[in-house]
Amino acid sequence: MRLLEFQAKELFREYGINLLDSKSSTNIEEGRKHAKELGYPFVIKIQVPVGGRGKAGGIQMCHNDDEFELKYPQVMNLTIKGEKARAILLEKMADIKKELYLSIFLNRSKRCYTIIASSDGGVEIESVKNQIIKEIGMGDVSDEVASEVVKEMGLDGKTADGFVDTLKKLSKLTIEKEAELAEINPLAIMQDNTIIALDGKFVTDDNSNYRHEELQKYQEISEIEERAEKSGFSLVELDGNIAVVGNGAGLVMSTLDMLSDNGGKPACFLDVGGGATTESVYEALTLISKMSRVKGILVNLYGGIVKTTVVAEAFLKAYENNLIDLPVFSRLKGTESEKAKEMLQGSRTKIYDSVEEAINAAVMGVKN
Amino acid sequence: MTDIFELLKGKPEDSDYMKKGVIVQGITGAYGSIHARHMIRDGTNIVAGVTPGKGGQKFEDSVPIYNTMQEAVDATNAKISIIFVPAKFFLGAAKEALEAGIKLLVAIPEHVPIRDTMKTLELAKQKGAIVIGPNTPGIMIPELIKIGIMPVTPFKAGKIAVLSKSGTLLYEISDSLTSAGFGQSITIGIGGDPINGTRLVDAFEMIKDIPDLEGLVIVGEIGGDSEEILAQRIIDSGFSKPTVAYIAGRAAPKEKRMGHAGAIVMGTYGSAESKITMFNKANIPVAKRPVEVPVLLAGKM
Repeated sequence: MRLLEFQAKELFREYGINLLDSKSSTNIEEGRKHAKELGYPFVIKIQVPVGGRGKAGGIQMCHNDDEFELKYPQVMNLTIKGEKARAILLEKMADIKKELYLSIFLNRSKRCYTIIASSDGGVEIESVKNQIIKEIGMGDVSDEVASEVVKEMGLDGKTADGFVDTLKKLSKLTIEKEAELAEINPLAIMQDNTIIALDGKFVTDDNSNYRHEELQKYQEISEIEERAEKSGFSLVELDGNIAVVGNGAGLVMSTLDMLSDNGGKPACFLDVGGGATTESVYEALTLISKMSRVKGILVNLYGGIVKTTVVAEAFLKAYENNLIDLPVFSRLKGTESEKAKEMLQGSRTKIYDSVEEAINAAVMGVKN
Repeated sequence: MTDIFELLKGKPEDSDYMKKGVIVQGITGAYGSIHARHMIRDGTNIVAGVTPGKGGQKFEDSVPIYNTMQEAVDATNAKISIIFVPAKFFLGAAKEALEAGIKLLVAIPEHVPIRDTMKTLELAKQKGAIVIGPNTPGIMIPELIKIGIMPVTPFKAGKIAVLSKSGTLLYEISDSLTSAGFGQSITIGIGGDPINGTRLVDAFEMIKDIPDLEGLVIVGEIGGDSEEILAQRIIDSGFSKPTVAYIAGRAAPKEKRMGHAGAIVMGTYGSAESKITMFNKANIPVAKRPVEVPVLLAGKM
């Protein structure tokens, strides 16, 4: 899961990484209270699970009550890359000397954790210059590696000590919480040469959730996603009007690509998992019935050994129970497809021989 | 590197040449038992199963079940195992297999924590063993040996190697290849996780020198940079057999996990464009749709 800045900072604080005073709120009343407690000036920061907040106006300086009353609601009402504010963080203003970059991330191709550090922080990682890169195996940072990094960054004295301390704490946090990414950008050198984390990005390995009860409070999951998870499905909600269902992540992604190529707008990505049964397809249709934007359903199942009649039964059951009243465009690869077509004769589910035909029909059918 | 074909086929002087023994870990589980039955039906020589507490029993009245991997390996001398245990028990099962001397470990479970995979790979490296997966459909030489969960109908023996991150796309594309007259010499499912025991580039090293190889098909998807690294290796190695790629996930939104734990674009890292650009640089055409793969391959012949 991807934590919001204030959540990442809660973990940073727990692990002793230096931070400025800050408070998170979800409404202006709460925010006013925090404003009094913190005292002006401070920064108003939108909490969204995407980058690029600053450019989108999601970080505003605030010097007095008038500014607060104006800017708090402004920031709260922003939508950044389709994401609405989850909370607002008020954070004291900092007297910064220099901005650094530091992250520990799971290096997929090298199959180990890797440190990236730079004395030119504060910009997105793609633009960070003079990157110092160190592979660190399972995530432990030795004294040797730590001193190499500070040396290459040109830090010394109190700042070097502060940086090493932060690096080691970040490493401990990464290992213990099973993170895929722990990033502090910017990591600031203050006027008094102390080191402070001004931002925090923290992404954990979802597959390790079951052994991190303490992180569950950070899990953000919609009711539909939760139901999907219980059924062993993968569901990603999108903003189009054609629901895309299939078995296997690669196959569903591929279907999404082809639908988009042909001018269709996917409403969701729904992978029912390797096999397909009457029950799993019925449950998938149940989830889709709860998405009001859906105007049609595109089904692409590669069964191999699955009988298409088994899947056809799910559609019939869904119509019979008035679960859905939507046209379904399906391509079912598997045995007994002639029989399945016969079963669905006269229903709103059409079976096509190829996925291309099903996609074309879906794009046309939803337009009309 | 261990020769994958020697592991899967053996040498002519071996008593089990072309019939290498495979142990199924988790053979009595719901999933393991179904696929053990399928593998047997499809001709794989399943010599033992392991389920703690069920030692001494027989699976389907013929395959002996042992309590531990050590017992199973001692009794059968098998070098190959396939794991079907719930993700949280994967690390234990994998360690047991590697400690017992397994040299090819096929890891089926999805949702294995990354740290557990990393620990498994560390041990495998020490032991000189190959791990395929986790979250893989398996590995197969069509019509000879299947160690995995794939249906056999899409596949046919032949001379094209297929390497894939995705399971169902592997079936789909192999099916198209078979229909177009391109059989497969070997198919390797890399798996959809962020960390793979056998990366695309490792799989390429395993197959690139097959004497009668006539072509290579790479089925990739968004996430990570293993496609880019493979494309670079193909350029550097001067590999000249006809090669075609397919990349799923062009239309996927950024920063969303698309079903597979590894299928996520972070910034520009893992994007389809980056992979397609690298394949183009390697002079490898990238199909826009799965059905185009055999067409593009024929064009390269």
